[in-house]
Amino acid sequence: MINLEIPKKFVPLVAQANQVAKEVFRPISRKYDEAEHTYPKELDMLAALIDGMNDGSETDGAGAAGVRRTRGSDDGVRNGSNMSTALSIMELCWGDVGLLLSMPRQGLGNSAIASVANDEQLARFDGMWAAMAITEPEAGSDSAAIRTTAVLDESSGDYILNGEKIFVTSGDRADLIVVWATLDRAVGRAAIKSFVVERDNPGLQLERLEHKLGIRASDTADFRLVNCRVPKKNLLGSPTVDVKGGFGGVMQTFDNTRPLVAAMAVGLTRACLEETRRLLGEAGVEVDHDAPAALQSAAAAELLGMEADYEAARLLTLQAAWMADNDKPNSLQASMAKAKAGRTCVEVAIGCVRLCGSLGYGRELLLEKWARDAKILDLFEGTQQIQLLIIARQLLGKSSAELR
Amino acid sequence: MSVAERSMGLGLRALGRLAGSELVDRVGARKPAERALYRATREGFRAAGASARTFKAAQQRKEPARLKPAADRGLFDLTPSDEQQMIQESFRAFAAERLRPAALAADGACAAPAELLEQVGELGLTMLGVPEELGGAVSERSTLTAVLATEALAHGDMGLALAALAPASVASALSLWGDVEQQATYLPALVGEDIPAAALALHEPRALFDPRKPATTARRDGADYVLDGAKSLVPLAERASLLILGAQIEGRGPGLFLLETGSAGMLVKPTPGMGVRAAGSGELRLKDVRVPAGALLADGDPVVYAECVRRARLGWCALAVGTAQAVLDYVIPYVNDRVAFGEPISHRQAVAFAVSDIAIELEGMRLATLRAASRADSGRTFAAEVALARSLCAQKGARIGSEGVQLLGGHGYVTEHPVERWYRDLQAVGVYEGALLV
Repeated sequence: MINLEIPKKFVPLVAQANQVAKEVFRPISRKYDEAEHTYPKELDMLAALIDGMNDGSETDGAGAAGVRRTRGSDDGVRNGSNMSTALSIMELCWGDVGLLLSMPRQGLGNSAIASVANDEQLARFDGMWAAMAITEPEAGSDSAAIRTTAVLDESSGDYILNGEKIFVTSGDRADLIVVWATLDRAVGRAAIKSFVVERDNPGLQLERLEHKLGIRASDTADFRLVNCRVPKKNLLGSPTVDVKGGFGGVMQTFDNTRPLVAAMAVGLTRACLEETRRLLGEAGVEVDHDAPAALQSAAAAELLGMEADYEAARLLTLQAAWMADNDKPNSLQASMAKAKAGRTCVEVAIGCVRLCGSLGYGRELLLEKWARDAKILDLFEGTQQIQLLIIARQLLGKSSAELR
Repeated sequence: MSVAERSMGLGLRALGRLAGSELVDRVGARKPAERALYRATREGFRAAGASARTFKAAQQRKEPARLKPAADRGLFDLTPSDEQQMIQESFRAFAAERLRPAALAADGACAAPAELLEQVGELGLTMLGVPEELGGAVSERSTLTAVLATEALAHGDMGLALAALAPASVASALSLWGDVEQQATYLPALVGEDIPAAALALHEPRALFDPRKPATTARRDGADYVLDGAKSLVPLAERASLLILGAQIEGRGPGLFLLETGSAGMLVKPTPGMGVRAAGSGELRLKDVRVPAGALLADGDPVVYAECVRRARLGWCALAVGTAQAVLDYVIPYVNDRVAFGEPISHRQAVAFAVSDIAIELEGMRLATLRAASRADSGRTFAAEVALARSLCAQKGARIGSEGVQLLGGHGYVTEHPVERWYRDLQAVGVYEGALLV
């Protein structure tokens, strides 16, 4: 039966996450925006709390590991951990995107491990914080072009990794880095595998931490891998190069994580809209949902349009998560959610700054910070343009060779 | 089989060509089309209700029959019920086989073929919002079902869908708000075999029209109300024998009146617009039109009036979703088949990304529309959700109409392809108030 309301059983979880965002994130939001590269120690306590929430039950997952797909045993409709994770991320990012990204044990690497690791690896990496290293100086969106190599050393049974990785979110703070590397550059994407590298591996050398436009609470690290030895058992997925299987193994993670990044954008968008609604209310402007848009003030009409885009982004995100929970292929819907939520949060955030004038642009309130934070959400986990490419290829039935 | 052959696009284009030259002539549609336009532009107002019918109350119940709220399982779910899927499938098939092929000629004629509307009646469209005990087909509130049916029909043609849905809207309104006598008087005919043309008349002919403040007035005079004013964008205007009409009740607020078009003092004029022309829209003038006090719906409750406006907007959202889906389904095979600079134009990002954007915004329109409808069925408030859906469907819908033409280039500008009609139709979504409801 069609129903697009928040599932009843997740209402307490949403309220809980909202409390965390309000009481923990918001009060320290500006502090860590200004103190870039300082570890937000307030989050340690919180991480333990989130671990507790995750262990609570299979359906109440709230963290990065909530994206693991499990086959439903019953034939009914499921509202599972993909949705509960998306919902709690929306709330936490209503609080602060940078702090969410800094949450211990909630890295995208954790999502990757949850998506593709075998049971032995799941157990071994349990309770650890995993970052994700894909991008290189010469390969960003074109992740099939990465140059970091992995060579199997038959004598020791280790893979030896060499290369350079940039833009690794939580790279300095995490326990593990999931590194994409190629077994054979000549083969292309099918040879790309992901390896779990421990942060204290001597072959993993921190080059520097980036200074950024926004999400400054989150550290972004650049690494050099120099003869970095990784045990065979740390390879995620199949070790063989299956040309037909292609990119499937490593890309599968994205179908699950894109709705989560979309959820981050949805949360930030709501923060901007609520603050702007408050400030416009003080200025005597309110949206009247029954009045024709043309009869409202320009500011109210603009706010209404932004609310509508928010609603579309939010529902697209919930749709993608719902499909993941019900084991429906959702690659198209995940990209649609990411594309819509990513561009909506940027447009809304800068629109709200404009509507609120000096209150929006100044640093006393958080609108200007949110407008800086927003931009990353239309970039990482696949830029707007990459999402549009994925969507178009699926709709038009085109290969990446035809539609480049 | 190529993508183009598998999709409906190729068949449509072939049909479009035929219609452009032979078919229209063969079925003798060109002359009536020209006549309709000529008459619309040259003729003034004439007496309304040429096909007027009289309605008599059938056996009455003690209480009006009302649909109960839909059950709420508390789960997020995008799966239509089995019945909704059946309705979707049959209406989609009907839209593809009957509405789409008739759309071009009906657009030219500014009218839906009578036999087509009869066929729609056979589908049981007017029964979808009416309780079983009143001869309808449902036992729970069915806004969602109506949205899905509307979307399916609009995939065939928005104008024809509007013509088909206008009487069903009046039936639904009577189920929602009619008293025993009103239900007994009008519903048997609306769910019967020979369905009267009927429509919801809210719009008025002036800029910045606000449906909450109609200039049409209803003055109490003894046992009657006296109506004065003008209503525009009324579908099936010349054929309608029954209208639900919005008017400002003197000393109270806006209310809805059941109006049989045979009443003295009513004039009607066809006013074909930019699009949705198959719906046969027209303008009504009312001068000292007398209706009995019993014609007032829901005792003039302003809450009901507001809900009527919202449900009408939701109906337009469903029309927009269906037509925007038609645009997407049409441009995909076109941009894959069309070759420029040695390869299909879909190999260019500028073209491919435009297709992606249509798909993204369309899906957002659909989900927002479904959410508002499901809230209506489960008895929740839905005013804000309708406003959001309308904002999306009006703005993105109009843009999708424009992009559809753009992607076909010059070919999109000529009537050989339906995208020029969809461009015109989709502009209606942000303009119309009333006309139909779900």
